[in-house]
Amino acid sequence: MKRTIPLVIVFTCGFFMLTAFFIPVRFVQDMSQMLQNWYVGVAAFFVFIGIINLIKINLEKIQRKLRDWQYSFILLGFLFFMMFAGFVLRGHTAGPVFQYMFNYFYTPCSATMFSLLAFFVASASFRAFRAKTPEATLLLIAAVIVMIGRIPVGYSIWHGFPSLVEWIMTVPNTAANRGIIFGINLGLISMALRVLLGIERSYMGGGD
Amino acid sequence: MFWIGFLIISALNIEAFDTPNDDGSSITITWPADTNLPVMEIMRSLDPGRGFEKIGDVALRDSLFQDAAAARGKDYFYRLRWTDPEGEKFSNVAGPVRARIQLLNFFRLRNIGLLIAILFAVIIFYIRHARSGKKVTIRRIPGLTAVDDAIGRATEMGKPVLFVPGIMDIDEPQTIAAMSILARVAEKTAEYGTTLFVPTCHAMAMTMAQQVVKESAIRAGRPDWYNIDNIRYLTDDQFGYVSAVDGIMLRDRPATNFYLGSFYAESLILAETGHSTGAIQIAGTAMSDQLPFFVAACDYTLLGEELYAASAYLSQEPVQLGSLKGQDLGKFLFIAIIIFGVITRLLGWNFFYNLFSVQQ
Repeated sequence: MKRTIPLVIVFTCGFFMLTAFFIPVRFVQDMSQMLQNWYVGVAAFFVFIGIINLIKINLEKIQRKLRDWQYSFILLGFLFFMMFAGFVLRGHTAGPVFQYMFNYFYTPCSATMFSLLAFFVASASFRAFRAKTPEATLLLIAAVIVMIGRIPVGYSIWHGFPSLVEWIMTVPNTAANRGIIFGINLGLISMALRVLLGIERSYMGGGD
Repeated sequence: MFWIGFLIISALNIEAFDTPNDDGSSITITWPADTNLPVMEIMRSLDPGRGFEKIGDVALRDSLFQDAAAARGKDYFYRLRWTDPEGEKFSNVAGPVRARIQLLNFFRLRNIGLLIAILFAVIIFYIRHARSGKKVTIRRIPGLTAVDDAIGRATEMGKPVLFVPGIMDIDEPQTIAAMSILARVAEKTAEYGTTLFVPTCHAMAMTMAQQVVKESAIRAGRPDWYNIDNIRYLTDDQFGYVSAVDGIMLRDRPATNFYLGSFYAESLILAETGHSTGAIQIAGTAMSDQLPFFVAACDYTLLGEELYAASAYLSQEPVQLGSLKGQDLGKFLFIAIIIFGVITRLLGWNFFYNLFSVQQ
């Protein structure tokens, strides 16, 4: 029973959503929308579960003075302060305190993490473009052409670079990408069928 | 005057028809796209000769309007009105037309439903084939073959395993696929007694991961190994999550990192940080834009469909392998359809192309 009821729910809801895609009748569409709204409602409730989990784990860390417990203290401090600023202080989330914290603490931190990508792209490219095999050499040549063709100096070196880049991007690159996308969608349909029929149940912890 | 009126009316011919494949809630009005007329008004009446009322405006260059306020079962007449320097002008009157319910969307059924049905039939055929006891062989996937070795390496080094199930919630199929793989990884790590960290970006994914890992530990006969604090929620924020996971990598130095699920810009930040710690890394995603980053920075990468196939592959259950075999045959069918389509187009035979034309 522990497995059967969830499997019946998965099959019923999954099959209904699949058939609803082909049935434009308003009642069916409303039911489909209602199921999706239920998910949104459940997801909203889970925000609290997430916060409780975060508080529990970090409080334990502080209480037991585990390694780097000071960071947990800072995290909880900011969590409660932002909640206080958003729920209690004047203007709530549109208020000056919340906005100040958002604009001058959160946004720069987020932008810093994102900007690391530039350095990581350089280091990953350096390794990927080592011409060890014929395939890697081909990748290197294509990458160099694309990089040169995308910058103004490329056009100055040879007027044909931008057109060559355009061809690489729209023909071989798009062809390979579409091949991957086809495979992805077929894999998705296959997995959906396994889940619907209850053949694949490891996402519920597996077992019978 | 009659002739002038006739000329004005016939200057713009509109057509009105029941919107196909809908729930009977609208009527579609179309007219030639190259009219170059100014802004026009759509007018509707229940009588062709009188009582026309404005129901909406259409912008220049529009050629279609859907009257979503049409009541089901009533006959309507439509015409367009516009004004130019010569005065007020009208199109022809189109109608009577009635909004009707269609029980099935034949456009979707023909173009998508048929292909899904063929694929389902092929997969079910191979599942039955496998159930009958016949051996099913599928190609080797190096990234999945390496899963056991990677966990074994972490065990030998006495270091933890890190499993990142992507940054999307459980409404994303890739997260479901990741959870299926997590079940296998957790069973193995529980068997070896290796620590497993599963930081999640959504609380619902965390709950699911906790359940999956707990069940896997019980299945492996090691319920005591399960530590709920190792499967935890970090934050919903993309880069906040990345910095927290990077922190785990740098502080706890896991020997094996799994990145399986849906990833966006954070893919390379995670993979490069993991690479810098010397961990063996297995990644898999169906986000085609992120695949090159994982290929460049990870030891093994599951390309798109391999992520969805991973759980079935790892289980080695004949029935699940049968579904993979069916999927491969489905792929072959699609390739055949594409090649046939290209040939028929090159030869100028449009019947096959028209079968898939994007017309509602």
